[in-house]
Amino acid sequence: MLKILKYSFYDLMRSRWSYVYFAFYLLLGVVLLFLNNDLSKAVITLMNVIIVLVPLIGTIFGVMYYYNSKEFTELLLAQPLKRSSIFLGQYLGVALSLSMSLILGLGIPFVFYGLFESSAIWDFSLLLITGTFLTLIFTALAFNIALSNENKIKGFGYAILLWLFLAVIYDGLFLMTLIMFEDYPLDKLSLVGTMLNPIDLSRTLILLKLDISALLGYTGAVFKEFFGTNFGLIVSFTMLTVWVILPVLRIVFKSKRKDF
Amino acid sequence: MVSIKNLHKKFGKNQVLKGVDLYINDGGIFAVLGPNGSGKTTLIKSILGMVIPNKGIIEVLGNNIKKNSDYRHKIDYLPQIANFPSNLKVKELIKMIKDLRKDTDEDERLIKLFKLEPFLDKKLGNLSGGTKQKVNLVLTFMFDSPLIILDEPTTGLDPISLIRLKDLIQTEKGKGKTILITSHIMSFVEEVSDEIVFILEGKIYFKGTIQDLKTKTKQPDFEHAIASILTENHA
Amino acid sequence: MNKLFVFLAVILLAQTSYTQNIEVCNTCPTSSLKDAILQAKGFDTITVKKGTYKEYDIIIDKPLTIIGEDYPVIDGELKGEIITIISDNVTVDGLFIINVGTSYTEDFAAIRVRKSKNFVIQNLVLEKLFFGIYIEKSSYGKVYHNKIIGDAVEEYNSGNGIQLWYSNHIEIEHNYVEHVRDGIYLEFSDDCLIKNNVSAENLRYGLHFMFSNDDVYQDNTFENNGAGVAVMFSKKIKMLNNIFKENWGTASYGMLLKEINDAEIIGNTFEENTIAINIEGSNRIVYKNNNFINNGWAIKVRGACYTNSFVENNFLYNSFDISYNSKINDNVFDRNYWSNYTGYDLDKDGVGDVPYRPVKLFSYIVNRTPETIILLRSMFIDIIDFSEKVSPVFTPDNLMDNNPSIKKITW
Repeated sequence: MLKILKYSFYDLMRSRWSYVYFAFYLLLGVVLLFLNNDLSKAVITLMNVIIVLVPLIGTIFGVMYYYNSKEFTELLLAQPLKRSSIFLGQYLGVALSLSMSLILGLGIPFVFYGLFESSAIWDFSLLLITGTFLTLIFTALAFNIALSNENKIKGFGYAILLWLFLAVIYDGLFLMTLIMFEDYPLDKLSLVGTMLNPIDLSRTLILLKLDISALLGYTGAVFKEFFGTNFGLIVSFTMLTVWVILPVLRIVFKSKRKDF
Repeated sequence: MVSIKNLHKKFGKNQVLKGVDLYINDGGIFAVLGPNGSGKTTLIKSILGMVIPNKGIIEVLGNNIKKNSDYRHKIDYLPQIANFPSNLKVKELIKMIKDLRKDTDEDERLIKLFKLEPFLDKKLGNLSGGTKQKVNLVLTFMFDSPLIILDEPTTGLDPISLIRLKDLIQTEKGKGKTILITSHIMSFVEEVSDEIVFILEGKIYFKGTIQDLKTKTKQPDFEHAIASILTENHA
Repeated sequence: MNKLFVFLAVILLAQTSYTQNIEVCNTCPTSSLKDAILQAKGFDTITVKKGTYKEYDIIIDKPLTIIGEDYPVIDGELKGEIITIISDNVTVDGLFIINVGTSYTEDFAAIRVRKSKNFVIQNLVLEKLFFGIYIEKSSYGKVYHNKIIGDAVEEYNSGNGIQLWYSNHIEIEHNYVEHVRDGIYLEFSDDCLIKNNVSAENLRYGLHFMFSNDDVYQDNTFENNGAGVAVMFSKKIKMLNNIFKENWGTASYGMLLKEINDAEIIGNTFEENTIAINIEGSNRIVYKNNNFINNGWAIKVRGACYTNSFVENNFLYNSFDISYNSKINDNVFDRNYWSNYTGYDLDKDGVGDVPYRPVKLFSYIVNRTPETIILLRSMFIDIIDFSEKVSPVFTPDNLMDNNPSIKKITW
């Protein structure tokens, strides 16, 4: 698997898309720093951008890579290799190169701007960790979609739909549910609802950092326990890990049963 | 070498293989023939484990291939269409495959044989179909495995390379290897193969030597024998 | 003229020769404060040496100056009130007073001033107390540089650090109050000055006004209290240059204004409070040059607030800038800096070219269904906020800052 990871990674590193993403993040970082002129404010803006953008890029790029590397996959399938290692290797290759584009693209301008002397370093680290988790999750989801759909157009369609659902529609439904059942105690429901969507989950991590004053204004005991202590942080990270593991397991499962 | 029992495979509603029973002895060249869509490639991919059968048992060298990938170290496979990652150089591709399977020096001899030296530093995306097929052949023959599976090996080859390919196949046969070939070029099949496996509508219609086929169909030459099978069954 | 001078000199001499200094220590002839007060005449000075004095119900009924050296301990042994001042012109300085009795029927204090004028209470340390410094029906006094450290756990059985009741013209300066019910409490007390105090970790409020008018509090810090400052049913209060920090919790505010008229709130900093200012039924208040930083809600208006003006404040990174629960707006927002402002300034005059709407639709939703707060910063919420911004339906359409500043305001 490591060999395949290596080759996928090299393959991506020499494809122009990795540079496009790297350049994009670099530009985003520089522009935000330039516009805000303030490290902490730039980090806050980035957090808002990252939780929406990273999943989009992860899904699109994941699906694209899968379809574009069909030949490579077929070549590998003809070799005496385990299927799970072929697909996990490719998946990790994509996810890691995307994460690297993210970390380097954003990291370089911020480091030059004096991140290490700034108090925003923890917020920034949280941002990068969340971004990496989201990349891992959404690339895995993209591979799942691509594995289940031979048709490229369909695959892209589902990928965009998935992103749109998790980034926007889910929250709309969630909000309506909460308003509809406002007469009942809702704090558990709202936390569970958050756990079931990786974008919301990452958002919670960011809320914990930026909006703790507002969150503590709510009375529910479960809320208080969740946001007032480290409990929330631990649960969120655990759930993010689960969100990585489940789609990856499905990649393994699905790839073993697929005909080529 | 290969033993297949009651193999079934369905793609959606399309039943491609409907109970294939096939036994292939050690040593010799076997040609798998059949009209388009008869299930040749599916059969070969089933042997390779790239297609998962719905039913049936496949054994290669005495091992059931289900949930097992080690047996494929004993197979050299030439895929039908030479699709390679386009931004890789020929040299890199050969190095990579060696890295993934095992190291060998055979590649140098094969590169010379197919005169591929000038292309080693070119990217695969920029190669012609024939050159790609030569690279494909190098990748297949550089490992010394007891079972060789060739899916349309002649595609795009110029006459000289074709002769070299035939020689190569004969040498490998001489080493006592088993070679499975699919091809649409009847003259090529007639020239190289010892035995024919004819697939029709998902079943083995005929298995035997070319002579047996001619006798059975009462046709003087091989091409007409094949044609008569097809016309009889479609009439 | 000369005669007058001689007369004055004689009087002065007589005075100084009359006043005496009484020393109190554990081994002195006078070994208790009570004895010393009994012996002393008006305008005498009592010096209390280092040591522990187990006394309570000490009543100071003549104009005395009581000075502790090296913080002598007056231990009330939880038996009741410790010192009560009932005379004018009393100074108490440098005592360490502990163990005030707790009662549900009487408000025992470490030190109480009753119906007196011109008192000075300074440099005291109060611990294990019920009420700390209790000033009733007194005036023209000073409470200066005291340290009050309570151990209050429940509101119902704890007292306030410094309490004023029907008192006026009192100056409360440089005190430090923590872990009591209300840090400083004023009821029916006018014309007082509260300056440079720190009030932290108190159960209820850092500072609490009830029915008190014309008071000024400035340069104080209120940190981590149940709520920072509550100003209720009072008029013409000036609130200047105070710091309100980390007042977190469900009903927690940096500042709570209820039925307040004609106040001035200038130069204060509100940082990381759940609600920086909560306003109810308050009119004609001027908010100017305040910093609102990282609060959950910078300003929460709960109705019946008219003719208030919010001018030249900085609203920085608050989850919600303004929350408003009615459709009628009579308040003015002008020339503030809003970090959430996304407009532009093409003519480069330092004022944004499009108005800013500080009230988000989402703040209405959160008011209605508090759990929805979990959707804060979601893209869906941004979309509905944006559509509300474009065509206001729920928010008052004239509630906006027409001249949002492009740069942070300095003063």
